[in-house]
Amino acid sequence: MVVNKNPVNGAMFLLLSLVGMAGLFVMLDAALLAFVLLLVYAGAVVALFLFIIMLLDTRPESLKPFKKLSILASTVGGALLLLGVYSLSHRVMLSSAAPVGPAPTLKNYAEQLFTTYLLPVQVVGFMLLIAMLGVIVLSKKFAPVEDAK
Amino acid sequence: MSLNAYILISLLLFVIGFIGVLLRKNTLVIYMCLELMLLASTLALVAFSRFNGTLDGSVFVFFILTIAAAEVAVGLAIIVALFRKRHTVQVEELSALKN
Repeated sequence: MVVNKNPVNGAMFLLLSLVGMAGLFVMLDAALLAFVLLLVYAGAVVALFLFIIMLLDTRPESLKPFKKLSILASTVGGALLLLGVYSLSHRVMLSSAAPVGPAPTLKNYAEQLFTTYLLPVQVVGFMLLIAMLGVIVLSKKFAPVEDAK
Repeated sequence: MSLNAYILISLLLFVIGFIGVLLRKNTLVIYMCLELMLLASTLALVAFSRFNGTLDGSVFVFFILTIAAAEVAVGLAIIVALFRKRHTVQVEELSALKN
């Protein structure tokens, strides 16, 4: 995705990594999240990305001009992150034991979502509404200012 | 798989997304890389919550997914509006704030 010239190929690799991520979620007993991930991301978001890529008709760019500064920054940043996790996994003992507790079933999940986290659920719904309105406003064609007077 | 393996995968994805955000110049590709970083943090959250035996992390991931989907819609609308105005999505050509 990162080193591919064509944005469409990038979107396809994003789709691939999303499916892999859903598989990892299933391995973590979070089948519901995997399902949501596949539906929302692989279904809707990647399709939206592809749609926008087609709409904007971006030509494949030449990858040659990576700036030296950004190469340096990404190398340093990646190295720092890797170093952090290396030291974390060698100094601090992350529990290497098997997962504890009952598997998060749909019932537990819904119970949490609609008792403990009821307010956040409502806030999230409200935010979705706001996002929808914002997108409508953004994608509207505005009349020129002279006409608005 | 142990917790370490999950964290390593998550970190790897995060680094890939990070490098993409820094190196690429197409706004859409940068946006996809941002999504990748979000996914990486999501994976870490699910792994931690599963290995701790709680459900809170998974619930948070649910919220993260919702907000990220909304954010994608808004961001893409902004990119389309930008393209209408400037006829480009390359970051280096969008330097109106430079001076």
